[in-house]
Formats: sequence, structure tokens, C-alpha cells
Amino acid sequence: MADRPLPAVSHLKIPDEGDPYLEGSRCGVCGATFLGARHNCSKCGARGKMQTVQLSNKGELYSYCIVHRSFPGIDVPYVSAIVDLEGGGTVKGNLIDVEPDPAKIDFGMPVDVVYDDALGRKDADGNSYLSYFFKPRTQ
Amino acid sequence: MADAYVVGVDMIKFGRFPEKSVPQLGSEAALLALDDCGLTIHDMQALYCGNLGQASGMVGQRILQEIGQTGIPVVNVANACATGATAFREAWASVKADLYDVVLAVGVEQMGRGLLGGGGGSRGISKEGLLGSGTMPSVFAEAGMEHTRQYGTTFEQFAKVSVKNHHHSTMNAKAMYQIETPLETVMNAEMISYPNTKLMCSVNVDGSAAAVIASERKARELGLMDRAIKVRASVLTSDPWQERDLVMPDVNTCTRKAAAAAYEMAGVGPDDIDLIELHDCFATAEILHYENLGLCEDGEAGRLIDDGEVALGGRIPVNVSGGLLSKGHPLGATGIANIYEVSTHLRGAAGQRQVEGARIGLTHVIGLGSACGIHILEKAA
Repeated sequence: MADRPLPAVSHLKIPDEGDPYLEGSRCGVCGATFLGARHNCSKCGARGKMQTVQLSNKGELYSYCIVHRSFPGIDVPYVSAIVDLEGGGTVKGNLIDVEPDPAKIDFGMPVDVVYDDALGRKDADGNSYLSYFFKPRTQ
Repeated sequence: MADAYVVGVDMIKFGRFPEKSVPQLGSEAALLALDDCGLTIHDMQALYCGNLGQASGMVGQRILQEIGQTGIPVVNVANACATGATAFREAWASVKADLYDVVLAVGVEQMGRGLLGGGGGSRGISKEGLLGSGTMPSVFAEAGMEHTRQYGTTFEQFAKVSVKNHHHSTMNAKAMYQIETPLETVMNAEMISYPNTKLMCSVNVDGSAAAVIASERKARELGLMDRAIKVRASVLTSDPWQERDLVMPDVNTCTRKAAAAAYEMAGVGPDDIDLIELHDCFATAEILHYENLGLCEDGEAGRLIDDGEVALGGRIPVNVSGGLLSKGHPLGATGIANIYEVSTHLRGAAGQRQVEGARIGLTHVIGLGSACGIHILEKAA
């Protein structure tokens, strides 16, 4: 078992020192942004021109839905959110600290990407995980 | 290239048949389609079989093991919810290319119940409910909410799609359900993923549909032109790159691309279409496709459903079969079942739900991942 939490997804990076962040790749030819590492660009077809980039922890809500029915063991309701990050990259995650009510959620609302334990979920080996969440930004 | 025609087409009544095997279900539709044109399996020169759940299971060959092992080539096709349409298109292409004179396309699926998607059980921990939701109701709710963001489309407007399609299926004995669902019933049904309630999600059913496709020469030789349906366009697209692709499957761009190509191939425009069977896997999706298929300007889809233009008797009836929402959605069969529905109207044989004077119809499916298949059909002259 690892002595510290593992990343919930491979594009979440946990450096030995400093804060966790999301990592992407950007095409050096057309500028398309992707999550995680890759070799080729599926927007323009360029090969071997990908640059690793650290994605922003600031973004805005693009779209969402409110999940009321899920699989056993998953707490509902919750907000499944699509967030456009400043400077490129779109990520999906739970929007927390907001009422799961469409009247309380605004398209385009600014959010911060925050990092926390993966809701207590552990893998078969008992490892803990670090995940990311979106939180409405309070100015 | 000469034209290809649907000469025989049919579907079984969609429902739940756990006691039957997938090949048995597929063979039922195959025999119905053969009967529809008075041919037998011995007349078929190839079989194109669409099935998703047993994609590695040689379903086409096992259908022949049910109805006649004639030694013809069999191609098994899997393309998510575009599987049936893809099998049909491969069959059509083989006749267009003059490889064969008459071939059979079958789509078949046996479904479990419950939520689709949201799995992705790779290493580590489940991401469902941790990094948003990957279930199909959620994915299509988010696609619908994008439309809400852009044009202010309301929960009520999305719900009206379901009211309409459930109403249509009361006139279709082959649909899973024949039940009216008033607006309050739809809106007050269990919320699955806002804005999709349970009645705004397609029904997981077992089903099959099949079509016999012939060259013009063969159709004339067999004396089948009076019932023949001309395939005026067959188009398949995949999803062009979009910036939110990785987290938000885009069902719009591949549909728009396919629609433009199909209208061009058929030499018609949206105004020439008399009825449409489109991919209403969720009520939210149908709204998007009114615009994607050019039935109205962008931003007008909410008005289209409000004004009844897409209901039977309206300007351009959509999903008069009941659609995936009420007829049911057996993934691999859906694309060919759509072709059965449109063909039945073009033959003037749709009974109570007949779109009067229907001359040209369009079918559309989307397989997430993504694939879009569009066919434009016309009654043979």
C-alpha cells in the first residue's frame, strides 16, 4: 500500500513538493489542448509536437446536470459539471458547495479547481486517492 | 452507379425476451423481412449483421444457423448505437458497388435493464459520482443543458418531446409501450439526471429489425418495384475534433456533417422531407437534432416542439413510431427499425399513425464515441 494518496486520474499530478495540479498537453502546431500526455494531435494530425502544460485551477462552468439516480453506494443528488479552464482545457467533475438546484447554478459561473480525498474511496489494495472538485469562486 | 432499393423490411415487436437468444431474435426479423418481399434465405448473396452486446460472438453466422446455412459471406458490425444503420449501409454499399444483386441486413440486440454508461472500470477506483457522471442520462442531460445555456431551452420543452413520442407510440403495435404520458406525468416522473426524468430516457428493450436490399435490375426482375424504397442517401460520419471532446461527447457536429452530406447526395433539402425518425435516446437529444438536421434555425428547436410542428399532423413529424423513448432502443436494431418505420410510411401502410402523402423520409442515429448514420429514403417511382 502506498504511503500517500494516489491520483484518481493519471492527468492529476501530485508533486513531491508543492500543490497538486492537472496536467495537459498542447499541440505545438495548432494549439489544441488535451488532458494528460499524448504523442499526436487529433485536431490537426501533427506528430510528436505535443508540449506538456500545467492546466489552470481557475475556470468557468460550461454545462452541467444534476444526478439523482446513480449506482448503489454513490451519494445523490450531486452536480456533474463541465468546466472550461482558463488558458485551455475542459474537465469534468463534481461541482461541490452548491445546492443541487438549477435555480442556484449559473452557466459561466467562475469556479476553482480544488483537491481533496476521493470521497473515501479506496482500491482493492486499500490505497487512498486524491481527486479534484469544482467549487464556486468567492471573490 | 445504379440505385439500390429496400425491397423487404420488417421488425419484431420490441419487448423483453430473456428466454430467447440473440440469434433467435435476429432470425425472427430476418424471416419477416424475407417474407415481406417473398424471398428466402437461398436468394440472399450476403448478410450484414449489426449487434453490439455480442460483438465478438459471430451473431450473423449464428442467425444463418437458425434459418439456413447457405455459405454466403457474413459481415458482423458493431458501431455503438449506430450499429444497425452501419450494417444497413454496408449492405447498401455492396449492392451499389455491384458486388451483389440482393443482400440481407439484420440488426439485433438483447438488453439488460438499468443505467448505461458510467462504467470505465480501469485500474484504481470508480470515477462515477467522483468526477461527475458518465451515465448516458447524464451525458445527454449535459448536452441538453448546453442548449439551455445557448438558447434558454426549458425543462418543460424537453419534457414535451417525451409527451409527443409516447403519444405517437399509442398508434404503433410494435412499440414497447402504448401509453399516453401527459406533461405533468413526464415532468413528475423520477428524476434521473436533470433535466431528464425516467420518462425522458429511452427504454432498454430486446428487439430486431431486418431489410432486404436489391439492385434496381434485380428488383425489377423480381417484380418488386411496386413496394420498393429507393435509398437516396446513405452517410456515415465520425466525430470531428471539438475542444470539449474528452469530457463531453459531441453529438451535434457529426450529425450536422452527416446531414449536409446526405442532403447533397439525395439532392434534397430539409423542406423536402416528409417524416423523420431521429435518435431520441433522451428527450434532450431530440431537441438538439431538430437544429442539427436543419428542421429549423439554430435556437428555434424549443419553439418547434411548443408549436407542434414535429408531431403527427404537423409540418415535419418526428418519431411517429414512438421513437427510442417509447418504441424502445435495442441498440443494434434501432438503425434498421428506423428504416422500417420510414419505409412503412412511404408505402402508405402505417395505419393510424400514417404521415399522409409521405414521399421522402429521413432516418438518423448516433452512436456515442462517435458515429452518425443518416439515410434518406423515397418511394420508388
